[in-house]
Amino acid sequence: MSDQRAGTIATPARPKSWLQETGGEAPSDISIAALRSDRFRLEREGDWERLEDILTKVEKGRLRALSDEDLLALPALYRTAASSLSVARETSLDAATLGYLESLVQRAWFQVYGPREGFAAWLRSFFLGGWSRAIRAIWLDICIALFVMVTGTVVGWLLVAQDKEWYYRLVPTSLADTRVPGASREQLLETMKVEQDASGLSAFAAQLFSHNAGIAILTFALGFAFGVPSLMLLILNATMLGAFLWLFASQDLTLEISAWLAVHGTTELFAILLAGAAGLHVGRSMAFPGNASVLEAMASAGRRAAVVMVGVVIMLVFAALLEAFPRQLVGGEANRLAIGGTFLAMWLAYFFAYRPKYDALSHDEDTI
Amino acid sequence: MSAIALPSHHDEKRARTILTPEGVSIPVTVASRGSRIGAFLLDLAILYVGLFLLVLLLFFIGIGSLLGGADAGTDALNSTGEFFLVILFLITFVVRHGYFLSMELGPRGATWGKRIVGIRVAARDGGRLKSEAIIARNLIRDIELMVPLTFISPALSGEGGSAGWAGLIWVAVFLAFPFINKDALRAGDMIAGTWVLEAPKAKLAETLSTQGAAASEGTSGLTGAQYDFGEEELSIYGEHELQTLERVLREDKIEPMIAVHETICNKIGWNPGAGDERAFLEAFYAQLRERLENDMRFGKRKKDKFS
Repeated sequence: MSDQRAGTIATPARPKSWLQETGGEAPSDISIAALRSDRFRLEREGDWERLEDILTKVEKGRLRALSDEDLLALPALYRTAASSLSVARETSLDAATLGYLESLVQRAWFQVYGPREGFAAWLRSFFLGGWSRAIRAIWLDICIALFVMVTGTVVGWLLVAQDKEWYYRLVPTSLADTRVPGASREQLLETMKVEQDASGLSAFAAQLFSHNAGIAILTFALGFAFGVPSLMLLILNATMLGAFLWLFASQDLTLEISAWLAVHGTTELFAILLAGAAGLHVGRSMAFPGNASVLEAMASAGRRAAVVMVGVVIMLVFAALLEAFPRQLVGGEANRLAIGGTFLAMWLAYFFAYRPKYDALSHDEDTI
Repeated sequence: MSAIALPSHHDEKRARTILTPEGVSIPVTVASRGSRIGAFLLDLAILYVGLFLLVLLLFFIGIGSLLGGADAGTDALNSTGEFFLVILFLITFVVRHGYFLSMELGPRGATWGKRIVGIRVAARDGGRLKSEAIIARNLIRDIELMVPLTFISPALSGEGGSAGWAGLIWVAVFLAFPFINKDALRAGDMIAGTWVLEAPKAKLAETLSTQGAAASEGTSGLTGAQYDFGEEELSIYGEHELQTLERVLREDKIEPMIAVHETICNKIGWNPGAGDERAFLEAFYAQLRERLENDMRFGKRKKDKFS
């Protein structure tokens, strides 16, 4: 460092042994300092002040004001300051210097070990592989959540098939006005018909999105209690779906309802499945932390789950748009099934087949 | 030394140490719950004032375009209104989440509210603060705040029966989280492996041993008197008293200096004079520190006057 700092600070570049007696050409402050520890400090404070200057600029976001040299010097200056702190703790009783060094090293630590990338760069790496990696990392939880959802749907169907009263318990009736047991085929078909024009639908999409995002985030958050409430919420939603399917199937509308649901359902149900799996992932890591402490296991699972959840929110935007526009505007079972199927295939391919080469060196290993 | 105020150690209860990957331990202070609540309220205020201004702006633009297309009839009116509603919704969503994310991912690791009260986010294990961690802790914020709100009305109206109350209690646990653990972690911090610390800020103070009597072997610049303390006189005090003395010298206020000067003189059996207190204290400080630091090099430390 000594060659670089010579230009920027008052002290001359000379060997930094604090044991060495001050020479005749040393600046006055160093020679008159009565204490060795103060001489130690005076010899180094140029570096410290340079580091402080760099840190202030970085903290203020004025990266352009920094020369390349300064940026490259930051990690080295950080280590110098850290070792100065270690030495000063053993040799100096100057509380002000120690306090300054402690806060300087702390500030430098924040910068050297801060988030390496901005939001935009993170988003880029998220779309180019980070998202699908996170989803593949929680595959086991996805399998469990899928099993729970399928079981829930079957149970919902069977319950209503046995006793129609179950329908009113499983499906909130305010949501499904004319869609109740005993409704005629025409009434049910009416609920699936195509809208004449698109007015009002974008507001509808926005409303759908916030409703669904609320459900998905709740499903994830409930993972906190060892994942049990997440699973319960998945079951609740799945039994509702099962009851709904039974109602339409009872009037021979199975294909129609499947197509109607598929348009947005493949995306929306997939997103809710992933949210449940993410919650379950956190809950499972709390229950079975392995070799790590519970808090550590939870934190690394939580970071992985957070990536999945960002993806879930994006999927729900798609789902809401699909639900509001194509589903209300596109008629015909074949068209509806084609849209839903295409999206499902797209998601599956993106999550499981898209595996760009992963540069582990530039990432942190536990984010996967 | 009763005249000297106790050192102003910041709340001992909130002091922690982190170990950096280099193996250097750095003392940090966990942000108080009060300052975190304050920072959050500031952030909310900033967000909502910002959004309100945005709505006003959109409203005026909306009015302008409505006037322009007035003769197109009510259909156009409806669709423009809807268009702005959707735009507003999208903007609210992006701003509400983007504000916290982009701010905390920046070099300060803090939102404006946090910056004002002087706190920031850091990784709990002393390692790198990961982008995913910031995202995780902010996703959970939504649950901690928004979900309780949706549970309050069904619980109070008795609509959901006991389930409504159970929901309210469950989300109340989230809100209570920061108050039931010693690091004031909220659920989001716990799941992300982060915590909120006081942001460090310190200026490098002058070296005391290069000023006044300390620099000239105990000679007062004012009276020319030379203060030279012997082994016995210096062995009375320890590091704690030295640092108290340092603070008095740095504050440079006359009354405490007179008081400390008198206390020291009484203790070492000197006759306290008047008018040259600073030079006396500077000399005493420099010589006491030299002695204690010398002992330190040989592994002998004297914590305070009692040890």
